[in-house]
Amino acid sequence: MRISVQSEPLAPWGLLAEYEQQLNARHHGKHGACASFVGTMRDFNEGDAVQGMFLEHYPGMTEKALQQLAEEAQAEYGLLDVLLVHRVGELRPGEPIVLVAVWSAHRKAAFEACRSLMEDLKRRAPFWKREQLPDGHRWVEKNTTGY
Amino acid sequence: MVEANLGAQTMTIHVKFFASLKEQMGCDGASVEIGEVASAADVWLSASGGQPMPPNTLVAINMEYVDPNQAVQDGDEVAFFPPVTGG
Repeated sequence: MRISVQSEPLAPWGLLAEYEQQLNARHHGKHGACASFVGTMRDFNEGDAVQGMFLEHYPGMTEKALQQLAEEAQAEYGLLDVLLVHRVGELRPGEPIVLVAVWSAHRKAAFEACRSLMEDLKRRAPFWKREQLPDGHRWVEKNTTGY
Repeated sequence: MVEANLGAQTMTIHVKFFASLKEQMGCDGASVEIGEVASAADVWLSASGGQPMPPNTLVAINMEYVDPNQAVQDGDEVAFFPPVTGG
């Protein structure tokens, strides 16, 4: 399992390929499914143009919360492995914000766990988005539900 | 609100504010001295100068979510923040 929060740009596909390679070395032939989700910053929200974003977090608690969420998903769905990387700091539209990838023996658990973990992250992980608009900034007040 | 046991020993609580609450409070935190018996909500009142806690404020003690009525202990880190919006 790998959980991390980073302020440098996030390159999800490279990270996923690298992790998959390591995982193959550890659990060769054991996983039959991998599901992944990549969230990317949009240049619009609630009808407004968004020029940039600052993602604040709570160092220490954020990592702890992500670890707990990943461990819960692993236990609930019997996952073989989890990779969860979240960006913080200043972002521009088009940049990846989050990567969630899970591995399991069968596809049902992988699909369901990936979605569930992402929704739990949205509800419980301490991150806050501040959007830069053409005429100032605003804090995003709440996440929309994914279900 | 848990009544403070004034005159008895006080506790030092390390308070943190995040995101819009940090802007609203004008600082990212402070250390407050509070009576021997206090809840996280009491810590809010002490740290905010008596302002009401905004609705939907989330509270964590030592980096774990808690109910605002949860008691605090000397040396605790108590954080207040708005609903989370990551991902």
